[in-house]
Amino acid sequence: MPIGWTDEQDGGTYRLKERDDEALFGYQVGPHSWKKYLHPPRRRLWQAEMRDNHMVIVDDEPDYPRYAFFGVRSCELNAITIQDTVFTSGPYVDIGYRERRKQAFIVVVNCVEAGGTCFCASMNTGPQAEQGFDLALTELLDPNQHYFVVDIGSKAGAAIIKQVPHQQAQEQEHMAAQQAVAQAARQMGRTLDTRDIKMLLYNKYEHPRWDEVARRCLSCTNCTLVCPTCFCVSIEEQTDLNGQTAERWQRWDSCFTADFSYIHGGSVRSSASSRYRQWLTHKLASWIDQFGTSGCVGCGRCITWCPVGIDLTEEVRALRDGEPRIGVAIPTLDAV
Amino acid sequence: MSTAVVDPMRSVVYEVQRIRKETSDTFTLELHSTNGSNDFPFAAGQFNMLYVFGVGEIPISISGDPSKHRSLIHTTRAVGLVTGAMRQLKRGDSIGVRGPFGSHWPVEHATGYDVVIVAGGLGLAPVRPALYHILHHREKYGNVVLLYGSRTPNDILFRREVEKWRARLDVDVHVTVDRAIHPWRGNVGVVTRMIPKAPFDPLNTVAFICGPEIMMRFTVLELQKRGVTTDKIFISMERNMKCAVGFCGHCQWGPNFVCKDGPVFDYASVKHFFEKREI
Repeated sequence: MPIGWTDEQDGGTYRLKERDDEALFGYQVGPHSWKKYLHPPRRRLWQAEMRDNHMVIVDDEPDYPRYAFFGVRSCELNAITIQDTVFTSGPYVDIGYRERRKQAFIVVVNCVEAGGTCFCASMNTGPQAEQGFDLALTELLDPNQHYFVVDIGSKAGAAIIKQVPHQQAQEQEHMAAQQAVAQAARQMGRTLDTRDIKMLLYNKYEHPRWDEVARRCLSCTNCTLVCPTCFCVSIEEQTDLNGQTAERWQRWDSCFTADFSYIHGGSVRSSASSRYRQWLTHKLASWIDQFGTSGCVGCGRCITWCPVGIDLTEEVRALRDGEPRIGVAIPTLDAV
Repeated sequence: MSTAVVDPMRSVVYEVQRIRKETSDTFTLELHSTNGSNDFPFAAGQFNMLYVFGVGEIPISISGDPSKHRSLIHTTRAVGLVTGAMRQLKRGDSIGVRGPFGSHWPVEHATGYDVVIVAGGLGLAPVRPALYHILHHREKYGNVVLLYGSRTPNDILFRREVEKWRARLDVDVHVTVDRAIHPWRGNVGVVTRMIPKAPFDPLNTVAFICGPEIMMRFTVLELQKRGVTTDKIFISMERNMKCAVGFCGHCQWGPNFVCKDGPVFDYASVKHFFEKREI
């Protein structure tokens, strides 16, 4: 455990720093989210073989590791819930995701400190995890003792706690845990005003800000890779040299590449401004139409890991403050 | 969800029964199942993901007759890696099929109305199943009009069939070309020019449009000029697709996934996005 270490985060900045206490979870989220386990960066879907000039589809033996995620933050737990909706709630189901997810054991750590790019409090996704965990820990360090207040969220969680030395939490300890988490909520490094955000973005398709942010955006795809909810993938063909075996591989993709929207003749979104607009509008607006929630959990990773420090909370503020270039009143999409 | 759910990403192997050259760069694939069951129910306007071994997989609309399940028909243009390889396939070659996917032309809701089908180029392929359906149930519809535009007379898709439809007394077929070459004696110009005089009652018309976006945009404008309302206008969209089931994210268009919310949309609900660039 990273005892004695913390991190400092800001737009385009991530620095490890020493801390002078014994905290086990005294840091914020790093670049990697749990997405890489449930929705792996690369995954073989199936293989095909040529046998006597006939194609035969070969299914892989299902191999679904049983994961225990230890130290999941509330924002990340919400991100997992969001991906559950993407992959398992529609008429089609991503079977691999569903199987990995079904078996996952989740130990949450409620945040008692917020980072410089955190805004889960704005997104209602933290810092206190409300549900969907097996166990939720709140780490408390006071001058006299270092202990965890544990919320049990499932039978499996209760079974684990039975085997761990513990005692019934007292009212005072519950209060201390609540206060520590409330303290984190007050420390958020960023805020995002989500009032009517869907229509705000739908109505700003032609705002000059998109060109402005595109001048800074490198289309590097960092934001989509570190985002715990971004789910886009590409599917690629991989063949052996003698042409007898072909494999279908799924890998993470990003809407920031020109290739992403390519159809014969060219890319639909050929400009960086249209690609940034697609990402932000999807995350904060069209996600709501598609899946019933925002696609953003306020973890702040896209801000921290953007090499040029583009900050979506700042971009939304700019869109909110500025006037659209073309002022057209658009009926709400729900109405049509 | 039960564990019996089929993996939507897995192809089923079909066999090429016939490959027919349509024009210099378009061709029609006729596929048969390899397990003896040739029942492949689909609705007019839906598409399949077709996979060529060692090359890749792409979405292609079904261009056959929805009432005939004996074989699976797709028509496409050889423009990319996969379609290029597809054109080289021979009878008996294997091909992977996933589908059918997506929304369909609302042929049931169009009963009682005049139906205007406006197609550009290869766009005739995705609307052909709708036309088959309408002609099978001709008595249920008012006037039926097909307006078709192609680049040159040599690019007219399904030419013999178009001529057969044109010979019918219960369908109005008008064909135009962008560039005439000898011995073309028909219309020259964009397909939208045929809309003002086409025989339909604008207040009781359902329109199906399929073609390049620019052609669809101007077709919508012409139809609106005649008084057809946007909720009666349907368009078929095309976007990059890798999965066809809403997982890959590539085909997003505003809040829509073209693969599962489309490819057929009623214009009224997508107007806001259709009229903007690079969405």
